Amino acid sequence: MAMLESLRDLVGPAVFDHAVSPLIKIAVLIFVGILPLISYLVLAERKILGFMQVRLGPNRVGPWGLLQPVADIAKLLVKQDIIPSTAIRWAFIVAPCLVVAPAFVIFSVIPFGPAASQTGGSLDYFVTDVNVALLFVVAMATVGVYGIILGGWASNSKFSLLGGLRAAAQMVSYEIPQGFSLVIPLLMAGTMSLQGIVQAQFEQQRWFIFQGWGLGLVAFFIYFVAGVAETNRNPFDLPEAESELVAGFHTEYTGMRFALFFLGEYANMIVISAVAVTLFLGGWHQPFPNAGWAGFLDLQWIPVLTPPLGLVGILWFSTKLAAFLFVYIWFRGTFPRYRFDQLMELGWKWLIPLVLLTIFGTGVWKILQ
Amino acid sequence: MAAPDTVGTRDSLFEVEEMELAFGPQHPSTHGVLRLDLKVDGERIVGCYPIIGYLHRGTEKLFELHPFFQNVPHTDRMDYVAAATNNLAYVGAVEKLTGLTVPPRAAYIRTILCELQRISSHLLWLATHAIDIGAMTPFFYTFREREEVLDLFEEYCGARLTLNCMRPGGLPFDLPVGWTDRCGAFVDKFPAKVDEYEGLLTHNRIWKKRTVGIGVMSKEQALQYGVTGPMLRASGVGFDLRKATPYEAYGEVDFDVPVFHGGDTYDRYLVRMEEMRQSTRIVRQCLDKLPDGPVMAKKPRVLKAAKDTEAYYAIEGPKGEIGFYIVGNGTPNPQRCRVRPPSFYNLQIVPELTQDRLLSDLVAIVGTTDIVLGEVDR
Repeated sequence: MAMLESLRDLVGPAVFDHAVSPLIKIAVLIFVGILPLISYLVLAERKILGFMQVRLGPNRVGPWGLLQPVADIAKLLVKQDIIPSTAIRWAFIVAPCLVVAPAFVIFSVIPFGPAASQTGGSLDYFVTDVNVALLFVVAMATVGVYGIILGGWASNSKFSLLGGLRAAAQMVSYEIPQGFSLVIPLLMAGTMSLQGIVQAQFEQQRWFIFQGWGLGLVAFFIYFVAGVAETNRNPFDLPEAESELVAGFHTEYTGMRFALFFLGEYANMIVISAVAVTLFLGGWHQPFPNAGWAGFLDLQWIPVLTPPLGLVGILWFSTKLAAFLFVYIWFRGTFPRYRFDQLMELGWKWLIPLVLLTIFGTGVWKILQ
Repeated sequence: MAAPDTVGTRDSLFEVEEMELAFGPQHPSTHGVLRLDLKVDGERIVGCYPIIGYLHRGTEKLFELHPFFQNVPHTDRMDYVAAATNNLAYVGAVEKLTGLTVPPRAAYIRTILCELQRISSHLLWLATHAIDIGAMTPFFYTFREREEVLDLFEEYCGARLTLNCMRPGGLPFDLPVGWTDRCGAFVDKFPAKVDEYEGLLTHNRIWKKRTVGIGVMSKEQALQYGVTGPMLRASGVGFDLRKATPYEAYGEVDFDVPVFHGGDTYDRYLVRMEEMRQSTRIVRQCLDKLPDGPVMAKKPRVLKAAKDTEAYYAIEGPKGEIGFYIVGNGTPNPQRCRVRPPSFYNLQIVPELTQDRLLSDLVAIVGTTDIVLGEVDR
């Protein structure tokens, strides 16, 4: 902290607040937060799936396989990088980056913890608080699909092409209910700032999943279903359905390029979950923040190290996030895969009408408030 | 029952170019080395041509080169996930040709082995079929139980897959001490495990969406193509060689032949699930009634078939009618041995079932036919 203060004096407060501080946060977020989170999410998935499937999961590298991600990354980094001779070279190279970058960018608006003004400290526990954050999230999530289409097309392989086409149709279709379902918490909160939405849930004394005659629950359900489809996860993992399309759009990818697609998928899982936690589950607030009997959940009673409020916020955020990610993994252990046309049917015939009705209902609720 | 065909035909306003897609032999869901040359219009299949022969080993010719008893291991390697039933069909044909009679104890043990084999074969089918449709977890559950069946096999004959567990005239060995108890313990708990698999799949909406009304095979089609086994019984024909021409101990045990009438992938799934339960019933009864006595018939030192004799002997394998046609020539070797593998006949209907369906359905349909390429190609 002292070092940061002296840096602030050195470059001047204006430059520090608007350029240096966000950069530091981004670096910390990506290298301390997201990348380890993703690699251990992969390990957690394999462990949990192993538990569900009466097997052990990774257990050779390190105690309980804890160093498996390190081994995986090392392997992927040194793998031969093959670009098929018939591939369209530039697109083949650009595609994985187009999947990963937007997913990472979205993290910049997600409030992992309280703002400096709320804790009385000098640190915002988020990179930036934009007043159109929700639109930003939707916009960035859309960019990811280009990477997948491009990758499928540029590989010049029939299976990749089919995977890419499936991804295009699927992700474009499911963006509509997903985007619309975000309108409901927006109506409830009256702001597009994610930090604002978290605060609104605190002020209305209710998580938005329970707000508005159960409409919040419907919106949450739609958001989550569409989110699973957006991230191409089971039961909507058609673009990479290994029993049908070998590996779908990334059939021809190897080594680190393949790893980037992989990274993108898991980063997107975290993004979808983080947005859901923020919009519907009270964000970084502890459960029942306004109830006296639940006051102990602020963790300030831990005698040895009274944690700063910001860290408590991050802790609660992570807990909710982890619950979400567990559900993702649970899906994978349980469901078969939809067929392509059934997926489209679900999206267009059920989710979109349902979400429109929910928006209408929320509007009525808002007026009656 | 059958869902409406959601896959429309494309109008001809635009010029449509069909894409050829080599589906296999290196493809995760072609169950070995099947190659399907597909013509696809988008994801709709307009043409499907199975190309076989990638696993052809000239087994039928090999039969001619060896004496009767040395040919049993070749049969292991045809349907390599159901060796016991192959063994039985072959040794049955030899016994029919040479007029050997099997002692009752051997007949009972053979029945037990065949039904355990049916269970293990169906478990493998369920595992791969579920994973083809995207359900990953049943694979591990079924392999947990399949492991126990294979352990029983290993304890009996030392091998887990290529059993080589029968000889013309009986069995190579009697059961090891305590085997019947362990086998009994397995079959007593196994039906509960089948319920567990069914709990994951049978009423799962997505599973039903992917299988109900998919690959509907009418009774007539099934009979025309010579389809046998669970495929046939899911199309409403209750033909089962265990009931039609009871062999070994099947005439003395009580069991049902499940028959469903939808003819779709879902019914074929239900038939096999029920067959596993019935198999445990058969094994249980055989264990209870198991007679004492020798397990090998008295037979000449060198088994020879008379010149110009012939025999066809077929049994109900896990996949359908597995039959051997053997011609004798007065030597210890067969003159000619021809195999009727169920997978080969069941595979022939795949192009017709997949016509105008989607790629995902193709995977479900290939999975539901339960083919083993070792048997198709021989």
